[in-house]
Amino acid sequence: MADTMQFDLVSPERRLASYQAAEVQIPGADGDLTAMPGHMPMVTTLRPGVLKVNGPEGAKDFLVTGGFAEVNAEGASILAEKAVPLGEAKAADLDPLIEAAQAAASEATGALRDMADKQLADLQALRDAVA
Amino acid sequence: MPSLKDLKTRIESVKSTRKITKAMQMVAAAKLRRAQDAAEEARPYTERFAAVLTAVAQSAKGSDDAPLLLKGTGSDQTHLLVVMTAERGLCGGFNSSIVKMAKAKIEELQGKGKTVKILTVGKKGREQLKRDYASLFVAHVDLSEVKKLGYANAKDIATDLLARFEGGEFDVATIFFSRFESVISQVPTAQQIIPTPVDAEAGDGTVYDYEPDQEEILAELLPSGVATAVFSALLENGASEQGARMSAMDNATRNAGEMIDKLTIQFNRSRQAVITNELIEIISGAEAL
Repeated sequence: MADTMQFDLVSPERRLASYQAAEVQIPGADGDLTAMPGHMPMVTTLRPGVLKVNGPEGAKDFLVTGGFAEVNAEGASILAEKAVPLGEAKAADLDPLIEAAQAAASEATGALRDMADKQLADLQALRDAVA
Repeated sequence: MPSLKDLKTRIESVKSTRKITKAMQMVAAAKLRRAQDAAEEARPYTERFAAVLTAVAQSAKGSDDAPLLLKGTGSDQTHLLVVMTAERGLCGGFNSSIVKMAKAKIEELQGKGKTVKILTVGKKGREQLKRDYASLFVAHVDLSEVKKLGYANAKDIATDLLARFEGGEFDVATIFFSRFESVISQVPTAQQIIPTPVDAEAGDGTVYDYEPDQEEILAELLPSGVATAVFSALLENGASEQGARMSAMDNATRNAGEMIDKLTIQFNRSRQAVITNELIEIISGAEAL
């Protein structure tokens, strides 16, 4: 089995990273998961969180706010709605998102309410991680 | 026959026009570069996204509980045409060619007895369509304040479209924009975005595992697909607009140059005629003595 796989991180506005990585830790909607070479094909949604990449060039962290991840045996592609290298991220950038999530959570009911609350909690946890 | 003074002012005015068109051409060239870069940066995302969407949608399309966005409402009575044009003119046939295409589609759909609704993005398209189809307008998106197109702009448009779709306002949505081929060629294009078109041929048939599950992934993937389609159309349109403006202004500059040459020859000729005239008067005056 190969030691590395192709890792791509793209957002609609630019391509952030594309190189060989040994493992990618993805903040999936249902919990973190780590993709390694030879992983079975899967698609997952992302929650706001930190994406950790380990590779021959060292470890890199990215902040993502949502999107999708596609994993197969040869690689992992992360289609993030918004992504920034963790070093460049500022807690203030997340504030508008948190406000929007708060508004959504206060309006939603039932199962939607649970989802909105979860989104809000994820964002707040992320903000604490950045700050 | 215009007087010498008239000719002189004429030449001066054409010269300043040429300066303006030349400046606009250079500004458009700089903006075109930026627009092209933005379009290129977005391409990897769009391509990966299309691959994932095709894979997921293919496996879901057959099932009865596929989301409405994928299988459609089951009718195609009401069409929403999203016409994307520029906020500014002076870019050759760019705006008109998009509008022309949209108009042809409107006529075609109305001929078949369908209901047509129009949503415009960009001022120019609205102005041109408003003359004939004012009653079909449902909304207009103004991007004139936007300095740099971002995904957020596309997402706003997509959210609005999706809300209208959920509200049952239309069955099929098509976007009209201009695809950027090169500086001299922009192709007006119509692309259906709702319901999401799925290419049955594409994809390698990989069976994916879904987390949380296929339904929830589709519920997020399809709206994002609409936003992505709108975003890439906006970017293509932005590059096309600048390309069209650049070649239009290049032509205008060249025409102004030709005009200046022609006027200068005319000016020189009239001046010579005046001089000859004066000479004849002096000579015939001297002969008469």
